[in-house]
Amino acid sequence: MGGRSISVGLVTLGFLLVWEAGVYAFHLPHYFLPPPSVVLAELASEPLWYLHHSLQTLYTTMLGFGLALLLGVAAAIGIVYSRLLEHTLYTLLVSLNSIPKIALAPLFIIWLGTGTESKVAVSFLIALFSIVIDTVLGLRSADPDALDLLKTMRGTALQALMKIRFPGALPHMFAGMKVAISLALVGAIAGEFVASQEGLGFVILQSQSMFKTTRVFASIMLLGVLGTLLFFLVDLAERLVCPWHVSHRVEESKALAGRG
Amino acid sequence: MPPSEAPDGPSPREAVFVDINGVGKTYRSPRGDVIALEGIDLGIRPSEFLSVLGPSGCGKSTLLRCLAGLDRATTGTITVGGRPIDGPPDGLGVVFQRDVLLEWRTVLENLLLPIEVRRLDRGPWVRKAKDLLALLGLTGSEHRHPWELSGGMRQRVSICRALLMNPGLLLMDEPFGALDAMTRDELNLELLRVWTADAKTVFFVTHSIPEAVFLADRVVVMSPSPGRVIEIVGVDLPRPRDLGVRETPEFAAIVRHIRLLFQNMGVMRAARREAPA
Repeated sequence: MGGRSISVGLVTLGFLLVWEAGVYAFHLPHYFLPPPSVVLAELASEPLWYLHHSLQTLYTTMLGFGLALLLGVAAAIGIVYSRLLEHTLYTLLVSLNSIPKIALAPLFIIWLGTGTESKVAVSFLIALFSIVIDTVLGLRSADPDALDLLKTMRGTALQALMKIRFPGALPHMFAGMKVAISLALVGAIAGEFVASQEGLGFVILQSQSMFKTTRVFASIMLLGVLGTLLFFLVDLAERLVCPWHVSHRVEESKALAGRG
Repeated sequence: MPPSEAPDGPSPREAVFVDINGVGKTYRSPRGDVIALEGIDLGIRPSEFLSVLGPSGCGKSTLLRCLAGLDRATTGTITVGGRPIDGPPDGLGVVFQRDVLLEWRTVLENLLLPIEVRRLDRGPWVRKAKDLLALLGLTGSEHRHPWELSGGMRQRVSICRALLMNPGLLLMDEPFGALDAMTRDELNLELLRVWTADAKTVFFVTHSIPEAVFLADRVVVMSPSPGRVIEIVGVDLPRPRDLGVRETPEFAAIVRHIRLLFQNMGVMRAARREAPA
């Protein structure tokens, strides 16, 4: 685990060094490709301004993801327990998933205005699908013997959900959340691209129109940091919420490594 | 082959704790009905250890599921303690072939699941749970998680869970089928020890003849498709039994008798032909 994060750090550092050297070696103008040192200096020159826009994008992403989690899990429970919802809501979700959600962003501007709401809506919609799909899968893959066992204890359907189906579904749900959190960030940026006054998407678009390429790169770097941070946040939550599963996975990967 | 009642079968109605009367079970499938069980008549006495023995597909697990109230018999009636079964009966403990421990709960919390489900106060049951763990040699494991335990230990925990609420009827569906032979022997002994200390009525499904005979007061021999009772064999071996019992001529004679029953059904002969050289 530690060795892996060290190697990731070294590769990233190597990449930045090659980038820096490349810019000077080929005499590239900074408006075309600024070296990382200049990008970092740009970040350091206006830290509060960048922080403000990063927090705006983070806020939109978290709100979109949170809503997707809340409504996605509720929808999944409904779909697993109701034939009607399975045939209507689930079918609709699956067929609508072929539409790229980003294409809907301009519509949300019409419906919800140019404020944060429209960005949250895109972020929510794009994150929703993977959460619903993986939660449905997780709830359905409950051990039938465990459900029988609960019946012999005269457990109720609600107890079966809370004590067996839901905890058993958590590893699947976290797999869905890891995909969803990255998508929620994509949705937030896409929303900001269409129409906005703040957020990293706004900064990128505005700087691009003024050929401030260094600012574009500074925002992209911040997005990278944001995306990584959000992913590890979900990963951390998984470790805290379902340690049994994480430990299983470690055992499995050890076994696989031993075999190879 | 007509079913025959063992000479020591229960005769007075009061002496029967579980009464299975003319039970049949038919599954409907698109390719026609499948008869899993047919005309099962069986009385289980209080505190009796009954083994149910038969090849795969003889409906022994279906019968157990009917007793547990998980499946409904198509014909006939089942009463437990005089009350007809309508859903899982009171005072029931079930052990499946797989231990069915919940991975996210510690051993102690797995044991307390039935207490939680019935919304009882945990306090007094924690003591009982720890006593049971001690009885099965699991002291000190209460805060461990199932993934840290061996297969034998996991099945011990699932037996503790079934015993926690002091059930009148213990149903076991090939509980040791997935374990290695040595662990299986060990658990057979421990099950007998627990049963001797606090005699419950046990309905033990297995496909191992020696295991069925070693444990039981009577062995119900079943035939496949449709599942019927062929014979109920009384086991008059002295108790308490240890593994040495299996080397006595009396034990061998009972095992031989049951083996011949299966051979006459064609079950064992078919198995021998299929066995690789």
